[in-house]
Amino acid sequence: MTARNDLGAFLERVPYARFIGMKATLHGDEMTGVLPFAEHLIGNPSLPALHGGLIGAFMELTAIAQLSIVEPQAKLPRTVDISIDYLRSGRPVDTFARALIKRVGRRIANVQVEAWQEARGNPIAALRGHFLLTPMEQDVTPSSPGGIGRRG
Amino acid sequence: MTKVEPPGVPVTTSPMARALGMVNVSGPPDIVVRIPYRDDLVGDPDTGVIAGGVVTTLLDHTSARAVAAKLTEATSIATLDLRIDYMRPAKPGLDICATAYCYKVTRSVAFVRALAYDVDPSDPVASAQGAFMLDSNAGRGAGANLQPAKRSRRKALP
Repeated sequence: MTARNDLGAFLERVPYARFIGMKATLHGDEMTGVLPFAEHLIGNPSLPALHGGLIGAFMELTAIAQLSIVEPQAKLPRTVDISIDYLRSGRPVDTFARALIKRVGRRIANVQVEAWQEARGNPIAALRGHFLLTPMEQDVTPSSPGGIGRRG
Repeated sequence: MTKVEPPGVPVTTSPMARALGMVNVSGPPDIVVRIPYRDDLVGDPDTGVIAGGVVTTLLDHTSARAVAAKLTEATSIATLDLRIDYMRPAKPGLDICATAYCYKVTRSVAFVRALAYDVDPSDPVASAQGAFMLDSNAGRGAGANLQPAKRSRRKALP
């Protein structure tokens, strides 16, 4: 199984990812989350602008998907906390997101995500979060350096 | 413009809220919004637990409603900052409710705390702390976001 197949299977398997219509592209082990625009994603119909909660949800899923690619887990990573900064209103066009894994420990991963639309240099939102991991080998030997050793 | 629907009425102003099946349970003053459990909102198919993103969207929406209820005039509201702690997974099969309290409004920003729960508010699924921008449309008329995005105000090179 390649990471590409895994990623497609992941997005197909998560009902909520299908509900918002999330897709992804993969270059090496670097994933870009893609959220094609759809009417039901609007929060403010006047401007119109994407729902703020949805942008957060998209970035959270991007973080979980990227973690699953780089650090294969026995179970899906669980969100412990997230902090979202909203920088611009989300226009009714496609949105993209990329996650940067800042640290993977034995139990917790720290991830940062940025979402953008027309230009990556003008992000519309940023997320910082901690995720609880369930490694494949729960009974790792004490000398194992946490999740880092399994990095593919 | 933010319109507040009466209790018991599905939220209709926002397509995202409508798609999630949000219902206003009560308020103002005590704002409670509910999302009935649905299979297509699940985040982990192995457990049937509702997606974190659904809880995030519910907390964001309920918080904005609490801000709208606190204001004397209808105005546009946009999330500036939202921090969420997930205490435990929601129980599969149960509806998710959220309650929010806007404890401070300044000229430009409103501050809110919110809780999400399935059965008992004293055993929450998640908690949120948010800041919301008031009059976020700021003179931009209806359809302003349909225009191409403005370039950022970076100085052009000479």
